[in-house]
Amino acid sequence: MPSKAAGPQGATRAELVPVPALVPPDEPPQHLPDPRRSDVDEWGRSEHMRELSRRLYDPIYSKWFRVEWDGLEKIPDDGGALMVANHAGAIPSDAPAIMHGIEKELQRPVYGLADQMFKTLPVIGTLWSRAGGVVAHPDNAYRLLREQKQLALVFPEGTKGPSKTFNQRYQLRRFGRGGYVEIAMRSGVPVVPLAVVGAEESMPIVFKLPAVAKALGIPYFPITANMLALGPFLGPLATAAYFPAKFKIKVLDPVHFDVEPDQARYSRSRIMEASEAIRQQIQEALYDMLRTRRSVWFG
Amino acid sequence: MGRRILVTGLGTFWGGRVAQALEAQPDVDVIIGLDTRTPSVKLERTEYVRSDENYSILSRIVAATGVDTIVHTFLVVDSTQMAARTMHEINVIGTMNLFAAASAPGSTVRNVVVKSSAHVYGASAADPVWFTEDTRRKAPLRTRLERSLVEVEGYVRDFALDNPHVRVALLRFSNVVGPTIVTPLTKALRLPLVPSIFGFDPRFQFTHEDDVIRSIQHVLDHDVAGIYNVAGDGLLPWSEVAAICGKRTIPMPPFATGLATDPLRRLGVDLPPELLTLLRYGRGVDNRRLQRDGFRYEYTSAGAVEAFVEASRLRDTVGDHQPAYRYQRDVELFFRHSPSVLRNQPSVESKS
Repeated sequence: MPSKAAGPQGATRAELVPVPALVPPDEPPQHLPDPRRSDVDEWGRSEHMRELSRRLYDPIYSKWFRVEWDGLEKIPDDGGALMVANHAGAIPSDAPAIMHGIEKELQRPVYGLADQMFKTLPVIGTLWSRAGGVVAHPDNAYRLLREQKQLALVFPEGTKGPSKTFNQRYQLRRFGRGGYVEIAMRSGVPVVPLAVVGAEESMPIVFKLPAVAKALGIPYFPITANMLALGPFLGPLATAAYFPAKFKIKVLDPVHFDVEPDQARYSRSRIMEASEAIRQQIQEALYDMLRTRRSVWFG
Repeated sequence: MGRRILVTGLGTFWGGRVAQALEAQPDVDVIIGLDTRTPSVKLERTEYVRSDENYSILSRIVAATGVDTIVHTFLVVDSTQMAARTMHEINVIGTMNLFAAASAPGSTVRNVVVKSSAHVYGASAADPVWFTEDTRRKAPLRTRLERSLVEVEGYVRDFALDNPHVRVALLRFSNVVGPTIVTPLTKALRLPLVPSIFGFDPRFQFTHEDDVIRSIQHVLDHDVAGIYNVAGDGLLPWSEVAAICGKRTIPMPPFATGLATDPLRRLGVDLPPELLTLLRYGRGVDNRRLQRDGFRYEYTSAGAVEAFVEASRLRDTVGDHQPAYRYQRDVELFFRHSPSVLRNQPSVESKS
């Protein structure tokens, strides 16, 4: 079959030669034997683990933080959407509150996109992944949002949010390089901004020890008010004990981008403009909520 | 005129299996196998040429035989097999000479299939759950094996760019298991206790060895070009892999893991650095591109592991047996040359 030879690479299957028919697209999906033994899905989540953590976390959500939502109906019931929020607390308490709240109220799973640092920690990394954490990689986000039409949550401030000390509370940091906007554009989904009040006070950082952080290879090593106040009573447990700050989460209007999805590149200026506008929106909403907040503990 | 195919690495498991599969195809006229060692599998009509490990004689063979297709299976993806220097000679210098020969003036080569490995993606905490063929690796190049594989892929890319009239397919296989292949991974799974790293339960993806051969054949038959991941559907936590094998895991310390595995190496349990990072972070590859081009897998990841375990159990009970390729020289010679055999009978030709 020498005639097969011609044709540039990439332009495969020239019409010259009758090529054996490829599998027709309407072929029913094949069912191969798949002897699975565990319920860990492709994202590393385990429904057993998630059920257990939901049951353990629910009292903290409803009794301790008494999370209150405003505008929950703005989160789409179906289709992909990328939620972005401000990030705070030495061990951020906002991520589980948002994820649990939406899963409880809307019965939609939320995929928390987070720093890879979690994955490097023994035990914690595995538990984090089983409970629903996914590494924030553009490929993961695209697959979740565009192909599987899921809800994803990301904190564009990254570790710069939770690592700020108490005197800088509710001052949003830079929103990364706007990667979240680019992902939403490429996936053709809206960005839903969330403003969270309460997480800052649940575990405020008094000061940080950069030398310890460097030695341990973690982004920051905080000394929290919780350690100082509760340490004498709880010992090391105080590291993970939150103050019962009242949580209020406000859902802002979804931002739709008027661009074609699936492009290789998007205009950097549009991305940065949109990213900055969303940051501004969340910042304004936070100031509004703080204006009307009478008490840190009772809202 | 049928195809004329050159298979590199005939003495390796893959080269031998590919040659066997090609022998069964009536439209393949000539199969020439190249290796430093004599082939370990039974072969009927493949011609074997002994060469040095970096293929310095290759251009003469290509010119003399007029092959139109090269199947390059002679890439070492198991760093425990040999010294780093030998691996470099085989992988990098061998591939370089191969492509030099294939792109020589007047070369008849029109199809090239290269068997690479998903090791080119590395494994790190920053990885996506699934690597697509275009995802760039996140982990820095650390091990010699990964460096050599990435260098090889560079040669493949250059060759494809310089020779647009040649179809080049690069297949990246992920953790191959099966009844016969032996890799550091299958050795680890055959230990009484399967090593793991404490606190980590990464997810693995497996390819059955039959799917490897079938995918290479698919690429040859359908003139597919480009880069493709080859791996079964699904990702399994390492603990589940051990469970399918009916084994328990034995955790190694998460810190200073290298120190802990050193005594194991002395005991003959060699865990190469690529496997250690996999035991920490795992790796998934997106296998949909090849499926879109018509390939159908016969095994999922879990199915491949089970097939491997069942074969190991059988081997433990009845010892080595070779049912795979029933080639009896005398019978085949009779079929081929005896005047009593009626020609063009499908049952004889296709030799099921």
